[in-house]
Amino acid sequence: MNPHQFDIDTLTHTAKEIRGDILRMLEKAGSGHTAGPLGMADIFTALYFNILNHSPEDPLWEERDRVVLSNGHICPVLYSTLARAGYFDLEELKTLRAFGSRLQGHPNRLDLPGIETSAASLGQGLSISVGMALAARLDDEDHKIYALMSDGELQEGSSWEAANAASKWQLDNLIAIVDRNNIQIDGQTEDIFPIEPVRDKFEAFNWTVLEINGNDMAHILQVIESALEMKGQPVCIIAHTTPGKGVSFMEDKHEWHGIAPNRMELMEGLAELGLEEVAY
Amino acid sequence: MKLAPNLFTNPEMKATRAGFGEGMTALGEADENIVALCADLSGSLKLGDFISKWPDRFFQSGVAEQNMVNMAVGLALSGKIPFATSFGVFMPMRTLDQIRISVCYNNANVKLAASHTGISVGPDGATHQALEDIAVMRVLPKMKVIVPADANETKKATISAAKISGPVYLRFGRQNAPVYTTEDTPFEIGKINRLRDGKDVAIVACGVMVYESLLAAEELSKNGIEASVLNCHTIKPIDAETLIEVAKECGAVVTAEEHQKIGGMGSAVAEVLVESENVPMELIGIEDRFGESGESGELMEKYGLTSANIVKSVRKILKRK
Ligand SMILES: Cc1ncc(C[n+]2csc(CCOP(=O)(O)OP(=O)(O)O)c2C)c(N)n1
Ligand SMILES: [Mg+2]
Repeated sequence: MNPHQFDIDTLTHTAKEIRGDILRMLEKAGSGHTAGPLGMADIFTALYFNILNHSPEDPLWEERDRVVLSNGHICPVLYSTLARAGYFDLEELKTLRAFGSRLQGHPNRLDLPGIETSAASLGQGLSISVGMALAARLDDEDHKIYALMSDGELQEGSSWEAANAASKWQLDNLIAIVDRNNIQIDGQTEDIFPIEPVRDKFEAFNWTVLEINGNDMAHILQVIESALEMKGQPVCIIAHTTPGKGVSFMEDKHEWHGIAPNRMELMEGLAELGLEEVAY
Repeated sequence: MKLAPNLFTNPEMKATRAGFGEGMTALGEADENIVALCADLSGSLKLGDFISKWPDRFFQSGVAEQNMVNMAVGLALSGKIPFATSFGVFMPMRTLDQIRISVCYNNANVKLAASHTGISVGPDGATHQALEDIAVMRVLPKMKVIVPADANETKKATISAAKISGPVYLRFGRQNAPVYTTEDTPFEIGKINRLRDGKDVAIVACGVMVYESLLAAEELSKNGIEASVLNCHTIKPIDAETLIEVAKECGAVVTAEEHQKIGGMGSAVAEVLVESENVPMELIGIEDRFGESGESGELMEKYGLTSANIVKSVRKILKRK
C-alpha cells in the first residue's frame, strides 16, 4: 500500500512544492539540471504519494516497488520527492551538489536511502530494471519495477537491447515511463537525432504502449493504474511532458536542460508557482 | 623553455577544451578531410565554430557513443580524419570494445577527444569524473595517449594528432586553468617538455598537474631544493629516453596526475624506470576510489592534487634517495 494515498488536490499541491524545492536547490547549488526535473514533478509525485507500495522508514523493505531512475541527471526531482515522502530531512535538500553532501550531482545508491541504483550514464536503467523484474519473478514477488527514462536515452542502442530483453521474458511486472519532453542538450530531439515513431518502435518490440499527458495528475493516475492491470507484456508509458513545466520562461527551452536558475530567476519562478519567494 | 612571463602572477585562465575548439577550427581550414562527430555535447566540446563553418563535416551523433565511434571508423577507413568527441566517462569508457577492435585493431585513423576528465569536473560528481581513461587507453596496442597541460598546448596537440596516422586519444578538462605555454613553446608528440631544470628531484606531470608542479618547484627552490619539472603530455608512446636521463641526473622521481594512480601516467613512468634506472619514486594520483561532488578546488585539495602535496612528496622522497 502507498503510505500517503494523497488525493488529486493534495498531489497537485505537493507537485508544486516539489517544483519549488527543485528551483531552490538548483539556485543554491549554482549548477545542475532544471528542465527535466520540473517536467517530471507530477509523475514523481503521483508515484511516491499515491501509487507506489513503499516504506520510507524502511527503504530496503523487500516487498517495495522499485523506481529505477535511468536518466540520473534529473535527480533534483527524485531528491525532493524522497525528502517530502519521508526518506530524509527536507533541510538536506540545501546541500545538493555541495562538498560532503549525500545529494550528489548524480544519484549515488551508497549515499542516500531510497536510491535504487546509481545513475548518470544514459541508457542503462532499463537493463537494470529488466534484471530486477527477472529477480522478482524468480522470487515470486509481486512488486513492480518502474523504469523512469528520458527520450534522449532512447538514442542509446542499449535501451533497445533492454526493450528486447523485457519482451523476450514478457515482463509484465515492468513498467517503463519515458519522459517524452522533446529536448536534449544540443536541441530538440527530432532535430538532433530523431527517435520517432517511439510508439511504433516499442510496439514492434512487443511492448504494450500507453500515452499520457505527464503533467495532468488525474490522467497520470488513471493510466498508471490501468497499466498495473495489464498482463503478458511489459508496458511502456510515453509521458508527454513540458520541460521546465510551471515556469513560463523555462518551458520547452532546451537551453534549460543543464543550467541552474540565478537568484532573480528563482524568485520569478517561485512567484509564478505561487510559492513563498524565499531562497535556501 | 619558453613559458609565458606572467606564469606565476596572473596567467590567462582557460579550459583545455577551449584549446581543442580552436584546434578544430584551424584543422578545418587546413584540411577538408577533417570531420567531427559529437554525442549531444557539442557546446561542452567547444565545436560551435567548426559546426557553423562546416556544417556538412559535422555529424551530430545523438546520445549514442558506441555507434559514433564506429561511424568514425567507417569515415576513417574511407579517407576522412574523424574526431569523435564526448565526455571521457562516455567515450572512451562506454565505447571500449569499439575502440579496441574497430579503432585499434584496424589501426583506423580515428582521433578520440574527451573533455570533462579528472576530478576537477566538480559538482556533477563521481559519475562524470573520468579517472580511469588514461589507464584504459594506454593499454591498447596502437593507441597514442595525449594529455595537454594547458589550452595552448591542447590546440597544438589537436593539430599534431591529425598529422600523424592512426588512433589517438586526447584528454581535456572542464575547468578554467592557467595558460602559460606560448606559441613558441615546443610541442612534439612523444617528446617530454622539460620546463625547469634542477638536480635534486624530477617531477613528472601531465594535464593540470604540470602547473601545480611548477608551483611546487618554486616553493621547494625557496628552501634550497632544486626540482626538474617535466611536462609528460604524451603518455603513450612515452618518452623513455628523457625519463631515464632525468632519473640518472636527479636520482628521484615524483609523478602527479589527475587520474587513478593504478595504471596512469605514474605507472607508465614506473614501467620505464623499473627496467632501466630504478630510482625511488612517489606517485601522486587518485587512490583507487571514485570522486564526488564539490567545487573543483575543494576536490583537488581533498584528493591531494595540489602543489602543497607535491612538495610533501618531494620531501618524503628525498629521505629515500
Ligand atoms: C551515455 C551518456 N552520454 C551522454 C550523456 C550526457 N548527457 C546528459 S543529459 C543528456 C541529454 C539527454 O537527453 P534527455 O535525457 O532527454 O535530456 P532532458 O530531457 O532531461 O533535457 C546528455 C547527452 C550521458 N549522461 N550519458
Ligand atoms: Mg528529453
